[in-house]
Amino acid sequence: MSNTAQHGSVATKGARSASRRSPLQWIIQIFGELLITVGLILLLFVAWQLWWTNIAANSAQDDTVQSLSQEFKDAAGSSADAATDGVGNGAESSDGTSGENADSSAQNTDASNPPVAAGAPGEGEAYGIVYIPRLGENYQRPIAEGTSTEVLDTLGLGHYEDTAEPGEIGNFSLAGHRQTNGAVLDNIDQLQEGDKIYVRTREGYYTYSVYKHEIVLPTQVEVIAPNPDNPGAAPTERIMTLTSCHPRYGDTERYIVHAKMESFQPQSAGAPAEIAGAVN
Amino acid sequence: MYGWIFRHLPGPLWARILIAIVLIVAVVLLLMQYVFPAFVEYSPFTETSTIE
Repeated sequence: MSNTAQHGSVATKGARSASRRSPLQWIIQIFGELLITVGLILLLFVAWQLWWTNIAANSAQDDTVQSLSQEFKDAAGSSADAATDGVGNGAESSDGTSGENADSSAQNTDASNPPVAAGAPGEGEAYGIVYIPRLGENYQRPIAEGTSTEVLDTLGLGHYEDTAEPGEIGNFSLAGHRQTNGAVLDNIDQLQEGDKIYVRTREGYYTYSVYKHEIVLPTQVEVIAPNPDNPGAAPTERIMTLTSCHPRYGDTERYIVHAKMESFQPQSAGAPAEIAGAVN
Repeated sequence: MYGWIFRHLPGPLWARILIAIVLIVAVVLLLMQYVFPAFVEYSPFTETSTIE
């Protein structure tokens, strides 16, 4: 067979006879190289998704947390100045709720009647920071409005539009990735009953305490209902809910953590002791 | 295919190795910056964390 003869000559003469390969050999060679290329690209894609997206998202989220934190501090500083002048309410109010906020900021740690956070100015806007000491001494992630892929991929925790705001009676619900794009809730399964979740907004620090977790199907919307413990009933408590993927590298189910609001303190009172080290 | 490309790069061996490395890095960056972000929207491996 001529193929065998040619093969023999390839083996003996080495690279110089590469040009003498038959068209079929070329096709097979190129096809094989393409297959190897596809394999390498798929591996690179996995590395990109599980590793690179985290680096990119973490740095974007750090920047957001820093600028929000600065903004909150500035706002607290100016409202404290205004309060000493005795015109606290006028200074920062562009709408009715800020006036109430300034009123209740005067009372420290009022859990029964905290101000309701004003919320985000628009979809995709960051407006708060979540601190969860159980997930790391320095765990801080921004909250942004909306749960679109774009928000969750870049800004971390997305607030389900239509759910309550921090401090509001109802269910303040956030979604976050378990893996990829910052993996903001990677260790959500480590949260235990009694763990604190601190939500910091322009108004102040809302402290929530974890009381329950559950694993549900993605379609079980009742977990973010205003009253998740009794869906359908009117809300009576200030609940917070975190939703993320389950299992860890999949998304066939959702891992849900519910927390209840415990206390509130205004920006001017400073950070709660447990997260004082993380807040800057 | 890759052998053919490598043989057609200009310069001595060390220059061709250098060019090959630069080309590989460029392709990797192109994939990570533009191709993967575009592809991920259609990929079945994309994780969604929401309840809907």
